[in-house]
Amino acid sequence: MHEPLRLPLPFMSDHLHHLEQQSIHLIRESFARLKPLAMLWSLGKDSNTMLWLVRKAFLGRVPFPVILLDTGNEFAEVYAFRDRYVREWNLDYINAPCPPVEATDPALPPKARAAARKTLGLKQLIAERGFAGVLLGIRRDEQAIRAKERMMSPRDSEGGRHDRDQPTELWGHNASAVPTGGHVRVHPLLEWTELDIWRYVERENIPVCELYFARAGMRFRSLGEADLTFPVPSQATTLAEIIRELETTRQEERAGRAMDNEREDAFERLRAAGYM
Amino acid sequence: MARPLAVCLAGHVDHGKSSLLGRLLHELDLLPDGKVARLEAASANRGVPLEWSFALDALQLERDQAVTLDTTRVHVRTPRRELIVIDCPGHRELVRNLVTGAAGTTAALLVVDGPLGAQAQTRAHAALLRLLGIRDFVVAVNKMDALGWNEQRFNARRDEIAATLAALGVVVHAIIPTSARDGGNIAALAGVPWWRGPTLVGALEALPDAPSVPDDAPMRMPVQDVYRSDTRRVIVGRMAQGTLQVGDEVMILPSGERAHVAALEGWPDAPAGVVAGDNVALALAEPVIVARGDLLCAPTAPARLTSVFDAEVFWLGRDPLVVGYRCELRVGTRAVPVRVAAIIQALDIDQLVSRPAQEIATNGLGRVTLRCDMPVAVDDATDCLETGRFVLADAGVIVGGGLVDASRYPDQRRAVRLTERNVVAVDHDISAAERGSRAGHVGAIVWLTGLSGAGKSTLAMALERALFDRGWSAYTIDGDNVRRGLNADLSFSPEDRQENIRRVGEVAALFADAGLICITAFISPFDDDRARARAAAEGRRFFEVYVKSALATCEARDPKGLYRKARRGEIKGFTGIDSPYEAPVASDLVIDTQHGDQSACIAELVEFVVTQCRA
Repeated sequence: MHEPLRLPLPFMSDHLHHLEQQSIHLIRESFARLKPLAMLWSLGKDSNTMLWLVRKAFLGRVPFPVILLDTGNEFAEVYAFRDRYVREWNLDYINAPCPPVEATDPALPPKARAAARKTLGLKQLIAERGFAGVLLGIRRDEQAIRAKERMMSPRDSEGGRHDRDQPTELWGHNASAVPTGGHVRVHPLLEWTELDIWRYVERENIPVCELYFARAGMRFRSLGEADLTFPVPSQATTLAEIIRELETTRQEERAGRAMDNEREDAFERLRAAGYM
Repeated sequence: MARPLAVCLAGHVDHGKSSLLGRLLHELDLLPDGKVARLEAASANRGVPLEWSFALDALQLERDQAVTLDTTRVHVRTPRRELIVIDCPGHRELVRNLVTGAAGTTAALLVVDGPLGAQAQTRAHAALLRLLGIRDFVVAVNKMDALGWNEQRFNARRDEIAATLAALGVVVHAIIPTSARDGGNIAALAGVPWWRGPTLVGALEALPDAPSVPDDAPMRMPVQDVYRSDTRRVIVGRMAQGTLQVGDEVMILPSGERAHVAALEGWPDAPAGVVAGDNVALALAEPVIVARGDLLCAPTAPARLTSVFDAEVFWLGRDPLVVGYRCELRVGTRAVPVRVAAIIQALDIDQLVSRPAQEIATNGLGRVTLRCDMPVAVDDATDCLETGRFVLADAGVIVGGGLVDASRYPDQRRAVRLTERNVVAVDHDISAAERGSRAGHVGAIVWLTGLSGAGKSTLAMALERALFDRGWSAYTIDGDNVRRGLNADLSFSPEDRQENIRRVGEVAALFADAGLICITAFISPFDDDRARARAAAEGRRFFEVYVKSALATCEARDPKGLYRKARRGEIKGFTGIDSPYEAPVASDLVIDTQHGDQSACIAELVEFVVTQCRA
């Protein structure tokens, strides 16, 4: 017979506060252990939230480069947003150009190939700059494959993810070793949901791109390249209205992302090859 | 906004965990538009009827083989509660993924196949989840459609599962008959007259909240990093326990130094105070040295500093865990090399009982003694989770973890503290060589260690007589004798036993300095204490002699009747019974009193000392 284990209680508090503190801890942990470190800044609501958390972690500073994997196909509003905040927040910004679509795996469906340009851009940049760690703003609730991701995910020199051999992580401890020639992907927003992000954006007053708000009955719910991303019907013109909309929606967040929905295995194949 | 309750889904492979969760999402109308059509298409592609598990099992390999490979998590909004459900693989080779998913949850939904009943992984998961800190269980007896919703057969399964879980000491809130295939008792009652509830959703809604850690627990903050900005040093870390505000005094471990909090920092605003779970940035008033891996704690109730402790562990390594295995131990932000010093017990998964063992199998559980290369600050897991739980890492990969139980080991904080800095040693005019040439032998320490009843006192007194008869100056310090005088102020607590040995080590060094052969006869069970005695000898001759005899033999001899008292519980913390003995691995001499004849043992010891100490 075993005695009941009377362990003390884990942290419990306001949900957004808990998510915020968990993310800051992971960001500081990666800064302490993965050198040099950088973060991907796709300019969307998620990576802006992540950038905000980085500033909280480092008392207002951003002590490493922020990277846009630039296909040249971002929306004009997104580029304008970038220019403003690179200046205002004094960011060490890297514009990483992505190789043309011809360089991607021809076996992928067409939209997925366009998305795979970013995979190649990231691979090229990591090879050039030798980053040991990269922060990415992906979330589990976005996509069923991303739901299986780890907080820290070691990648080989190709950037690929091996689904059958993912490291154990528990109690705030993660796989720390950087594979030879590879890097570690760090995912501080993994536990957040889309709704958590918007509630936090509202609470903290974090700037987001104007394309998220409805114009003429349409808004972007997820921001990607101009040629791969489509607006969805919406009347939400304020943060409060976006939150209300998401509390009752039956639409998937990435419904407007062309490459997710071409084929059942499209996203898995992108991820296996190193997509974010 | 309250935090959602995190529930881990566990159970044997193919008992229907993912299907049950997929069906539950459907019953609660939580699948987005178009999802059911895509699941139907994915099922039709593989020539199978609608597979609810595909809502979770998104990998091609998972769908093709109809098995969950990796953990996933979904948000489940029931009419009354927000849940996060973590689906885990049931296959025995994928326990590491179960650990990843389940750690951090406080409740579990255990799924058991109705026709087959509890299997090996059902029991293994339940035992593992308990170790991971999960206290509250709901059980679904699934595939009731295959049992024709038969009440007797459900009752038989229910009783069997209740008995299994009772043996583990976990709380079972409900055992519910369900069917993922027809949706029975998931969100709505199955409509069988003998089951009036609850439904699975109802039982999950009724699970208790994981309550908050109390603010009055002693403060702990593992130091994560030190940021230098301008001329300031800002110490960052996450509060594991307790509270902190400006002006509070903290103790830094392992150094034992103390300092005051001069400022709490933050962006955009600095906080007035911080509580458990908060990330902290602080400056200290005094110029003490702090680095990643240190632990800040309340000076009134600091963590225990020790290089050795027992632990309940789970083991995920490829080969069984055995004595001598070395890897890295991570607790809080500290990482130190560690060695398995002893395997105490392993859990038998079939019977759910712990038994003495030589190894812990892959994916097994057990109790071990761990020895770190340097002291680490830990708490018992029952006192503080963050400083009481650790992981084991091999080449950066986590291969196990466990809960600290250091209650049987002394706090080494006092032992490593620096001595008074204003004391300057005075040199003698007489050298050791001068003393040796007059006496015919050098001064030395013969340190006997071994279990009570191994024969230390007998050997010590015989050696003293033999040396005296030879004209040498020898004196034995015996345990019971110093307890009457020099150490009369000490109890038998782990810390006082350590201090007892420290004083004996210092006194023995003085005797050796005076030119005597000083013989000590103490159990001195810990490597650290013996190493400290050797260090106190500071270059004088020090011979560690392991007086070796099996516990059973010592207990049979029991010259002072102490084992009998310890077995009856009249003596607590008795070495070999409820307190550990660390056998020396590199002693200068081993005297085997179990197999050797008494006079031969004495002769061997005398011969050794005479050879070593002749001037």
